[in-house]
Amino acid sequence: MTARLRALGLFVWDFVVGDDWRVAAGVVLAIAATALVATTTVAAWWILPAAVAAVLGLTLLSAGRRTPG
Amino acid sequence: MTGTDIGLALAVGIACAVEAVEALTIVLAVGLTRSWRSTLTGVAAALLALAAVTAGLGPAVTALPIDVLRVAVGGLLLIFGLQWLRKAILRAAGIKALHDEAAIYAREREAAAEAGAPRGDRDGYSFTIAFKGVFLEGLEVVFIVLTFGTNQHNIGLAAAAAGVAIVVVVAAGILVRAPLARVPENTMKFGVGVMLTSLGTFWGAEGAGAHWPGSDAALLVLIPSILLFALGCVAILRARLGASARPRAAEGAAGA
Repeated sequence: MTARLRALGLFVWDFVVGDDWRVAAGVVLAIAATALVATTTVAAWWILPAAVAAVLGLTLLSAGRRTPG
Repeated sequence: MTGTDIGLALAVGIACAVEAVEALTIVLAVGLTRSWRSTLTGVAAALLALAAVTAGLGPAVTALPIDVLRVAVGGLLLIFGLQWLRKAILRAAGIKALHDEAAIYAREREAAAEAGAPRGDRDGYSFTIAFKGVFLEGLEVVFIVLTFGTNQHNIGLAAAAAGVAIVVVVAAGILVRAPLARVPENTMKFGVGVMLTSLGTFWGAEGAGAHWPGSDAALLVLIPSILLFALGCVAILRARLGASARPRAAEGAAGA
């Protein structure tokens, strides 16, 4: 039973999080920041696009560095 | 049909076609190598399991309040989209090997042949491999149809687009009886990655309480911007890869 739950957990993690956990972490943080800023008078729409650029740039940079070179 | 509906149908259709091509490769490899009967039983069992998952998840997803749905679905779509886009960019830049259906098909056939001859009518290997292949690829289809469809209040259109894409891929597979190696999978994945990332960004921000300038029209800026950014990343990575290859080539020439 424990082994099956563990396997299910690993499957869900792999299905949702994928190759780089920092992508998922970055998205969660950016959505939380958007929700926080949205409660103020400051515009919050730009946070997610900025996070997309930052997260994608960082994960690609890291993958590029791992390439044998 | 509105522009958003067409975008929804295209994004869902292309995403489902990509997943269907991948599942078809696995099904053809085990079916042609071992037992069609057990392979097709595995496909049918996977489709039943997917129907059960859809029946379970569908009402739960549609019952969520729209803002909760948008923030949860937007976040998940964004994570999925960024993972698709990451892989597609790395492949386009030459850092990651292109998805090669012919090579995957050859590997699956080799593994199927090495698993020993099927005993009698029932072949557990064919059943398991076909089930896993169709279920895992199908799960992404279910997720995309439910999330896109629910957000746009048009599950019917999303399901129809997915159905058409799957029927076209399966019909093509039956006609050629070989993996669909000529399908430009990376280009399709690149496009889907851009769409998932753009819609995930849009819905995620809306669900979190942000207001987009121009409302829905913001998507007309967001989608091309993310596409341009992704293409820029490909160009930069290609240039970096070229620059790192040049000193290596020079070292090789010096050593020769």
